[in-house]
Amino acid sequence: MSEILKQISDCIEFGKINKAAPFPPQMKGQDGADELTRQALDEGVPAQDILSKALMIGMEKVGIKFRENKVFVPQVLMSAKAMSTAMVHLKPFFLSGAVKQKGTFIIGTVEGDLHDIGKNLVTMMVEGNGWEVIDLGTDVKAETFVAAMREHENAFVGLSALLTTTMASMEKITKVIRAEIPNAKIAVGGAPVTQEFCDKIGADAYSPDPQGLVEYLNSQVA
Amino acid sequence: MGKIIDQIKQGKTMVSDGAWGTFLQQKGMQPGECPEEWNSSHADDVFDIAKSYIEAGADMIETNSFGGTRFKLKKYGLADKVFELNKAAAEISRKAAGDKFVLGSVGPTGKILMMGDVTEEELYDAFKEQCLGLEAGGADAIMIETMTDLDEARLAIKAAKENTKCEVFCTMTFEKTVDGEFRSMMGIAPSDMIPTLIDAGAELIGANCGNGIENMIGIVEEIRKVNSDIPVLVHANAGMPVYKDGETVFPETPDEMAGLIPKIIKAGANIVGGCCGTTPDHICRVREEVNRMNYE
Repeated sequence: MSEILKQISDCIEFGKINKAAPFPPQMKGQDGADELTRQALDEGVPAQDILSKALMIGMEKVGIKFRENKVFVPQVLMSAKAMSTAMVHLKPFFLSGAVKQKGTFIIGTVEGDLHDIGKNLVTMMVEGNGWEVIDLGTDVKAETFVAAMREHENAFVGLSALLTTTMASMEKITKVIRAEIPNAKIAVGGAPVTQEFCDKIGADAYSPDPQGLVEYLNSQVA
Repeated sequence: MGKIIDQIKQGKTMVSDGAWGTFLQQKGMQPGECPEEWNSSHADDVFDIAKSYIEAGADMIETNSFGGTRFKLKKYGLADKVFELNKAAAEISRKAAGDKFVLGSVGPTGKILMMGDVTEEELYDAFKEQCLGLEAGGADAIMIETMTDLDEARLAIKAAKENTKCEVFCTMTFEKTVDGEFRSMMGIAPSDMIPTLIDAGAELIGANCGNGIENMIGIVEEIRKVNSDIPVLVHANAGMPVYKDGETVFPETPDEMAGLIPKIIKAGANIVGGCCGTTPDHICRVREEVNRMNYE
């Protein structure tokens, strides 16, 4: 059993989606995350094990390599694609409750900012680490964040911004959420954001990379 | 007035303009507004920006068209206005430029080819449409900038080259990795971009945004190690942004930027200008330094 989990984890780490996928070249012609996940389920490997002992391990490795600038956005995207392909097979087990997610994370790019690449990367990394992610999209207003947090109690929330000019919007939204939901856990990120800015606006967590956010979230439910 | 490239080949160092986006905000543009829409709704304000850089001594100015592809304009419901907004952008800068050059700004689409967001053909068509508008409005060159993906950059260059008579330039955006190397968001090093951009038809390459002028020196040196001929342009930020009292501030002063101009020219840059946070004051000081260097 552990052999196939290791194979799936490798597929996630190196971004091998399925057998037909040409990427990465060194795994050409081999089964990918798609085939191996199906096979593992057919062999009776519990879906929970596939998630936590294969997908999450692979995603964690990519996250760490990304943080260390050993890989870049394309590799992370391929890994995320391999992961979401595997997740399709696990979906019924999430719905039935056989697989438990760690919690819920709500994410959106703040009002006034239409950029979504960073937000999408974070979404994929957090999902790949066993969290349910509610993606509110881009140009998201404070009220929309608050409404989503009321709907998903105890959810964590993440605010993304690329433009330096929308940092003011991030500050405003953080303050509105804090006023409406005092115990909210708010994480902020994006190219112009720093730890100093995070502290200044009263957010709870900042990470310069997605893996740091995953580690923060995991630490909150450990 | 000839071509920009010809002037560079004669050994002249040239000065480009400074920031547009941050300048538009000073003029009252709100977050969430479409900058390119201002070419029709606030043409006078856009003209003021263009003019202020000419008055500061720039040899060339860009156009307010960075997000002018259908993919970006679609987010504001303006996907059917690509040609007219880009044409207007170039007309405004043309009018302000007089006998100086106009660089038609083309930024990335925000779509990722390898994720299957778009096809190569769709990207090519979108860039072609934008470039045609810029050429119609009087752009001398197409300035493809802030690219991070080599394939998207290549398609933009080809679209400009194959469909307009403009000179075609391309700069990418690099950041310093933890190991101290320069890489784009997509993992491309300055030395990696050279063959692809030149093969696609770029007559000038370089770097913009992402860095203050200090890191740009390292980027230019890396390019020059591999290629000593290709003209190189740098549009540097006024340092990295700091957030202060509800406002984002770029800390590098005109004097600080000007102080590094001799170094970046010695490293091999042929055109120097600014990106986010730089102002006409920065360009004015850059002009003085470049004049001094050209004179020497």
